[in-house]
Amino acid sequence: MFRNQYDSDVTVWSPQGRLHQVEYAMEAVKLGSAVVALKNKTHAAIVALKRAPNELSAYQKKIIPVDDHLGFSFSGLLADARILSKYMRSECSSHKFAHGDDLPVNRLMTKVSNRMQLCTQRYDKRPYGVGLLVAGYDDNGPHIYQTCPSANYTNCKAMAIGSRSQSARTYLERNLEAFKEASLEELLKHGMRALRDTLPNDVNLTSKNVSIAVVGKNQLFEIYDEETTQSKLSLIEGEERRAPVPTTDSSGGGSQPPQDGPGGAPPSDSVPAVAMETE
Amino acid sequence: MNVKHQSWIPGNFKSVPDTGRTAQHDVVQHGWTPITTTTSVLGVVFESGVALAADTLTSYGSMACFQNNPRILTVNQNIIVAAAGEYSDYQFIRDVVEDKVRTEKSLNDGISMKPKALHTWLSRVLYNRRTKMKPLWSTFLVAGVQNDVPFLGEVDKLGTAFVDEQIASGYGAYLALPLMRKAIDEKREKLNSKLTKDEAIDLLKKCMEVLYYRDARSHDKYQIGIVTKDSVEIQNLTLKPRWEVAKLVQGYE
Repeated sequence: MFRNQYDSDVTVWSPQGRLHQVEYAMEAVKLGSAVVALKNKTHAAIVALKRAPNELSAYQKKIIPVDDHLGFSFSGLLADARILSKYMRSECSSHKFAHGDDLPVNRLMTKVSNRMQLCTQRYDKRPYGVGLLVAGYDDNGPHIYQTCPSANYTNCKAMAIGSRSQSARTYLERNLEAFKEASLEELLKHGMRALRDTLPNDVNLTSKNVSIAVVGKNQLFEIYDEETTQSKLSLIEGEERRAPVPTTDSSGGGSQPPQDGPGGAPPSDSVPAVAMETE
Repeated sequence: MNVKHQSWIPGNFKSVPDTGRTAQHDVVQHGWTPITTTTSVLGVVFESGVALAADTLTSYGSMACFQNNPRILTVNQNIIVAAAGEYSDYQFIRDVVEDKVRTEKSLNDGISMKPKALHTWLSRVLYNRRTKMKPLWSTFLVAGVQNDVPFLGEVDKLGTAFVDEQIASGYGAYLALPLMRKAIDEKREKLNSKLTKDEAIDLLKKCMEVLYYRDARSHDKYQIGIVTKDSVEIQNLTLKPRWEVAKLVQGYE
């Protein structure tokens, strides 16, 4: 039933100071398809990989618009993401109603994070099994924020989450310096290349399985239609694909759950296994 | 459902949720008449900012009651607000706005409220209160600089909100507004430019003097608040009226 003694519910501490249920929820983020978000001086962009549950169904929508200046993509449980999107939309619209202006992105992130934190501190709740990459634009420029089920949120220059996203993060880290001064088109190319690096060799980006959204100066949050997506994809078509970074983690989860301090510290918990097998 | 609702008996008074709406049996009425009142407030946009003027008198009806009640509020480094009407309602709004600003400051995220946002917010609050039949009996002028553009807006007790280059409430709307419009129009026609800061302040001083002569609820001690892109300042001033002109007025004796 339980993987170890200290994961019966989210409020139980392990002697090492870990909340195993929260860490299990973090694993859910690594199951979703990959998402890349990045920004230059004026724009923030999201490039996301869509999945179709089976061959007969359409590709699942992957990017959720929240307001004119903000939207997000996610990895993990779609249903949880939709609950958060509803909350974000209502916060944005009530701020717009009361103040006639867009809600600053960092204010929204604080609100969302506070809401997500609640369910990491109550035994009768479960953490949201979803990680978000929020792209927004306000008076302070473009922003990329990442959230986790642990209710941490981070202001990022660029970030990738989801399955096999470590390869995308490697790409982003290697090219980070170029983003700030890049044009929007260059930025999208970087985003698409990063996303392509997460794919197995026999799969490629198509206008069906890629979703692109941009927001920025004089640019309301916009999810590109299939035609525009195709025209963007053709920018990197034919480029040589980099050999995928060898990874031992088949789920490609990227950052590991926080590890305990130097080994040999007694007493040790049994290491929580990943709650679910993937692929 | 509320217990009182369940025990409702036909013919008895029904327990009405407190929406603030007066019903037949609601003997409490709120704010139908203002008690402690202040008179006109003036505002004018100049090239690099906005200036507001208001005297410091509050009256009980026609009795000049308190002579030192300032009603120009520094909201933050970007906004000043002035009020006319019921003084306690201004104090209430002042406390709420100060709390709002304090809360915002404590977030420490480098974002501060903008004049348009406060103007919209005030219009929501005042309209909400008038809809509850509990109006806040005040007129507010919101002044500030947003994106390097001066902003001046009014919200009245009904929640009516608008933006203009020169605004005056109460008697000022009859006595001062024509003077302000004239000065602004002349400057525009002659030089195709806006008032300078000094011209705007002189204009307000002149208007306050005219109002002091003719508005019986006005006072010779007043304040002028000036907000520009990088400064907020409130001056305390006293009029030097020339009553010797009074004898030239004929036909009232």
